[in-house]
Amino acid sequence: MSTEQPLLQVEDLRVRFSTDDGVVHAVDGASYAVNPGKTLGIVGESGSGKSVSSLTALGLTRGRHTTIEGQMLFEGRDLLTLDDDALRGVRGNDITMIFQDPLSALHPFYTVGAQLIEGVLAHQKVSKQDARDRALEMLKQVGIPDPVRRLTQYPHEFSGGMRQRVMIAMALLNEPKLLIADEPTTALDVTVQAQILALLADLQERLGMAIVIITHDLGVVAEIADDIAVMYAGRIVERAPTRELFARPQHPYTWGLLQSIPRLDTPRSDDLRPIPGRPPSLIHRPSGCHFHPRCPYVQPKHREVDPKLAPLPADARHQVACLLEPRVRIAMWHALETGAPIAEVQRLATSGANGQGGGEVGAEAEAEA
Amino acid sequence: MSATREPMIQVRELTKHFPITSGILLQHQVGAVKAVDGVSFDVFKGETLGIVGESGCGKSTTARLLVRLLEPTSGEVLFDGRDVARLSREPLKALRRDVQMVFQDPYSSLNPRRRVGTIIGEPFVIHGLCPDREERKRKVQDLMDRVGLNPEHYNRYPHEFSGGQRQRIGVARAIALEPKVLIADEPVSALDVSIQAQVLNLLQRLQREMGLTLIFIAHDLSVVRHMCDRVAVMYLGKVVELAPGDELYSRPRHPYTGALLSAVPVPDPPAEGEHRERFLLSGDVPSPANPPSACRFHTRCPKAQQRCSEEEPPLERKSGSGEEALTACHFPLTPDEAAARLPPALTR
Repeated sequence: MSTEQPLLQVEDLRVRFSTDDGVVHAVDGASYAVNPGKTLGIVGESGSGKSVSSLTALGLTRGRHTTIEGQMLFEGRDLLTLDDDALRGVRGNDITMIFQDPLSALHPFYTVGAQLIEGVLAHQKVSKQDARDRALEMLKQVGIPDPVRRLTQYPHEFSGGMRQRVMIAMALLNEPKLLIADEPTTALDVTVQAQILALLADLQERLGMAIVIITHDLGVVAEIADDIAVMYAGRIVERAPTRELFARPQHPYTWGLLQSIPRLDTPRSDDLRPIPGRPPSLIHRPSGCHFHPRCPYVQPKHREVDPKLAPLPADARHQVACLLEPRVRIAMWHALETGAPIAEVQRLATSGANGQGGGEVGAEAEAEA
Repeated sequence: MSATREPMIQVRELTKHFPITSGILLQHQVGAVKAVDGVSFDVFKGETLGIVGESGCGKSTTARLLVRLLEPTSGEVLFDGRDVARLSREPLKALRRDVQMVFQDPYSSLNPRRRVGTIIGEPFVIHGLCPDREERKRKVQDLMDRVGLNPEHYNRYPHEFSGGQRQRIGVARAIALEPKVLIADEPVSALDVSIQAQVLNLLQRLQREMGLTLIFIAHDLSVVRHMCDRVAVMYLGKVVELAPGDELYSRPRHPYTGALLSAVPVPDPPAEGEHRERFLLSGDVPSPANPPSACRFHTRCPKAQQRCSEEEPPLERKSGSGEEALTACHFPLTPDEAAARLPPALTR
């Protein structure tokens, strides 16, 4: 661990929403840190709590039916205890956010220029002319051609990629220390996605802000993130520096993600290995390890014991919440990577975890697929 | 996959222009969106043909033209030697028994007020097959079992299923009449990553079991590589490259294919000090209402020269290409240029 003070330190964050159907445990004890000028990738599927944890940092989940616990320390201040005024000073200023769908995040009735200028005036005591100059400067920085004319246009006159550039320009107007990007490229075509990712990396280098990028795409985080947190059912199940995570993934869910996606950089294989079942309901959560109903390597005690995110003996920067023994996990991933059949890997899990009935449990997970 | 080289569908100079009109009372056409503009290819029996491209390239329009959900502006779609575009009502209905579609959005493509059993059994009703209710129920339950749904859920409504299960419902409906051809238009792009593989594996299994010819349309190049024997790359209403998948993904010739491959993020972080060079395209895709002259890619192509804006390149075999690889480009990528665009792990 570096001695550097993290810019954002999240400790045991819990966010619950009360609904008519029951309590939704959207985030259930997440802890992570973002260092200044670095990029954290949060990976997960829909409903894993990855967006909610970031929205909470900006106070966007506060409400009558929300319970928020834990700490989110930004430069030493707990964002969760800030009042609305103080939070407004942070939001759009020190911490900014870009969203997946830029068309619904921009106001359709106002010109792009008006929306950008408002962003500057809300946080800085400058003249309108200065604010306009700043807006123009940012549009140039994000690579929008003909920015003077573009300032007077409405969002619908922009293409998807250009709109996302406007969002980025807006987020960077006040030189934030932290930019949260929630699925910033999911709605975009692959060539435009590459442009936007390159732009984010370039701007980070020039402006030095930290980035939290939330995505379901392991490829995207591999490109851009320094550290990765994998979320499942409201919890972080694995956390590691990017290269370490891809070189030695530890959690069966991470394995599942890596092996269920066809990829361009490996020889074409005949079979994908899907993760059986589907993500659990956050109202009626599985007991014990939340991943156990879908885990091919589940042991009887995993249904009762709740795994904690703990560092690996070999590398404290790599943390995982899994009840399998570290030694066994290494052997299992090695076997998976070399294409061993699931049954064989299950045997490894059973032999190493002193439990019985691994085969039977695995069959159950498979039947659910 | 061994495809017998017998064409199932032959597409010849297929064109679809959507008119742009002006005026309220006296409407007149002021232009046309050239969604599909002179596309020709064959689909062979038993193979999987992939169509890739970015939004607006005409891939979905092509799919809809193949089953005549849209009327082509010109050109032919020959199915078993007969032109789909000229079929009258009855033979067209018969054709649709043989060619079925799976749609992208499993939420909007299922009627929310019908029970799943009714949805999957509907093709039998439409085609007047199997009028006996009990038998139909049995058949539908067989289908549900076949696509991995619990047959006991026959009486449930679509909203009671997850996205992946809904897509299975769509697949069950599509294979109900044992079609010869299945057209899947972005079948997994609305699904969560951990669910995608389930549906892809299902499609592959059904194809094997039923000897289906599969036309697989997607924007995700990795998924298309996994699924397809041959791949057509579309850009602004044109096929710019058509080649066996193995060749296309290891030796792209069209600069646009190269740009697509170069843009795909791979879950393999670069090693310390390593840097993957990107061949980023500048700007956006031009409007299909007013596409660039001659080669449509010339406005964004790193290799474009004078000739590219004057003379349209034909889709043809290039020197050094395999038997079946076609490229529409005057200045195709050299081997070095192609290699530089592939993920580093493939060339390392």
